[in-house]
Amino acid sequence: MWVANKRARLSRRFDTLFSWATFLAGWGTVALLAWIALEVGYASLPAFKQFGFGFLIGTDWDPVDDHYGALPLIYGTLVSAALALVLSMPLGVAIAIFLTEDYLPPKVRGFFKFLVELLAAIPSVIYGLWGIYVVIPITTPLGNWLNAHFGWIPLFSTPSSGPGFFPASFVLAIMILPTVAALSGAALKATPLALKEGAAALGATRWDVILQISLPIAASGIFGAAVLALGRAMGETMALAMLIGNNNQINPSLFASANTIASLLANSFGEATGLQVAALMYLSFILMALTLGINAIAEVILERTGGNIRHI
Amino acid sequence: MTSLSRRLNRIVLSALAVAVLGATVAQADPITLNASGATFPAPLYGRWFQEYNKLHPDVRVNYQGVGSGSGIKSFTAGLTDFGASDAAMSDTEIAAVKDGGVVLLPMTAGSIVLCYNVPGVTDSIKLPRDVYPAIFLGQITKWNDPKITAANPGVTLPDLPITVAYRADGSGTTYNFTNHLAAISPDFKTKVGGGKLVKWPAGVGGKGNEGVTALIKQTAGTIGYVEYGYAMKTHLPMATLQNQAGKFVAPTADSGSTALAQVTLPDNLRAFITDPAGDGSYPIVTFTWWLCHTTYTKPGAADTIKALANWALTDGQKLAPDLGYLPLPAPVVAKVQGAVNTIK
Repeated sequence: MWVANKRARLSRRFDTLFSWATFLAGWGTVALLAWIALEVGYASLPAFKQFGFGFLIGTDWDPVDDHYGALPLIYGTLVSAALALVLSMPLGVAIAIFLTEDYLPPKVRGFFKFLVELLAAIPSVIYGLWGIYVVIPITTPLGNWLNAHFGWIPLFSTPSSGPGFFPASFVLAIMILPTVAALSGAALKATPLALKEGAAALGATRWDVILQISLPIAASGIFGAAVLALGRAMGETMALAMLIGNNNQINPSLFASANTIASLLANSFGEATGLQVAALMYLSFILMALTLGINAIAEVILERTGGNIRHI
Repeated sequence: MTSLSRRLNRIVLSALAVAVLGATVAQADPITLNASGATFPAPLYGRWFQEYNKLHPDVRVNYQGVGSGSGIKSFTAGLTDFGASDAAMSDTEIAAVKDGGVVLLPMTAGSIVLCYNVPGVTDSIKLPRDVYPAIFLGQITKWNDPKITAANPGVTLPDLPITVAYRADGSGTTYNFTNHLAAISPDFKTKVGGGKLVKWPAGVGGKGNEGVTALIKQTAGTIGYVEYGYAMKTHLPMATLQNQAGKFVAPTADSGSTALAQVTLPDNLRAFITDPAGDGSYPIVTFTWWLCHTTYTKPGAADTIKALANWALTDGQKLAPDLGYLPLPAPVVAKVQGAVNTIK
């Protein structure tokens, strides 16, 4: 009796200790995030004082005159990420359907899944190099041809400058493909089997089941996957710095060069001084707010569509 | 037992003796100097420090090519024994260094060249003084622009759009190139100006010399500025530029040295050669500096840096041409040596 009591007391003490440890670790993460935000916010104060919210709509990035505006960079970040998402979604969802709807024997399916996930393991700089030496030589003549024949469409209004939106977003689309495929797959897998079987029993073909049962049910989960992938795409740095052309301009053409926040940060931090550092910090703050906001939205959507699908 | 303990004693004693001897030998001076800064001269510095270490095994130099700006920051913060910068140090930067003054030492020099990719053209393209700033301003946009063809009789230039490639990362190369353009073109001075990172009106940016080189190689019609040593290694064609005297000069070690010889260094040894005079001068050349303290508290550091700098200014200069750098002219070396010897 006594021994059992002692053991119970010990294990209870251990429980409290453990729950305190998890509590600390959990809130520690939150504190770390807040600390980073504060630190970045504090460092950006001089730029905030100088430019205020006008920074968000300023179009100049001129270190010589110490005059900074973020609009072309925000534009570049959002457009490149959105374009990557547009390219990545159809392929990603198709992969997800292929891997969840019993097209393949489980072993083969596992192998394909592994291959798709392997894409996430390739370092960003390798994607960048592949983009420079493989993608750009293909997209450049394509862009020039589109410009020559459809130049009146704003999307093709410039000849290809080599690096630019299209090659950058194309590579980015492949980089976020594992996220899209894995999360969409999880959402599709969560479709209740009874519904599918019921539909089949009523004479629905496989296509009917996919298009009218699985996809509508998984739609919000797939949407959540898209938003999460968008957040990833916006923060991507190295591959974009190598492929986007690093030109702070707003140009509707898909083949024009542009710049993103992350890429500008990576390129100019080392040599920056004074107000430029503060302006770069201000930019980091904007990027952080954007990605945090987008990730929060994705979390909420994924949470609503059933917490379980994210753990598959 | 006794013999064993005696033997043990002997072993311990001899081990001690070795340790003590070793310590005294070691105290003689294995010294490690930490330095960081410009990436442009980093290959030459790496070679120098390696060669110097062969001659003086007790001296090691850790040099990190992190960029001129970062080099200045680390030097100012006291993290390194000396720094290196393509843009020397400004007066405000010098004032920020706490312990005593700063000695700026021009240690080597280099040219900046315009490389291009124009299919079908084998001769070096000549670019007049009013043309290449206009190209980088985005005002001349075709390779067969009358201003370019007029300067290149006998060369058939294609009807190809010009894409400008620039450094997307802040760099001393951009600093020296833009300052040169600002010096020869008032238009460039007002619209862009000189700096490590500027607002280019046109073109695409690549990261580092290698990024710009990749842009040039890939897209027909691209022109960009890279360091001479780098261009030499990659075998890209280089433009022949018109200098202040109106002569067209190809970038070579000789034409670069000729340009350097035009300069009289001021007492603080900080001179930017934005537009060298002389018939044979290649127009875009730059010194690159070591940043040293006037007085060192770290034991042995002052003497080591002096010896190292003096070696680099004499024997070290002979290694420069192979790597694409310009050996310093004799009067410059003499003046820099004078400054080296003031370090305490």
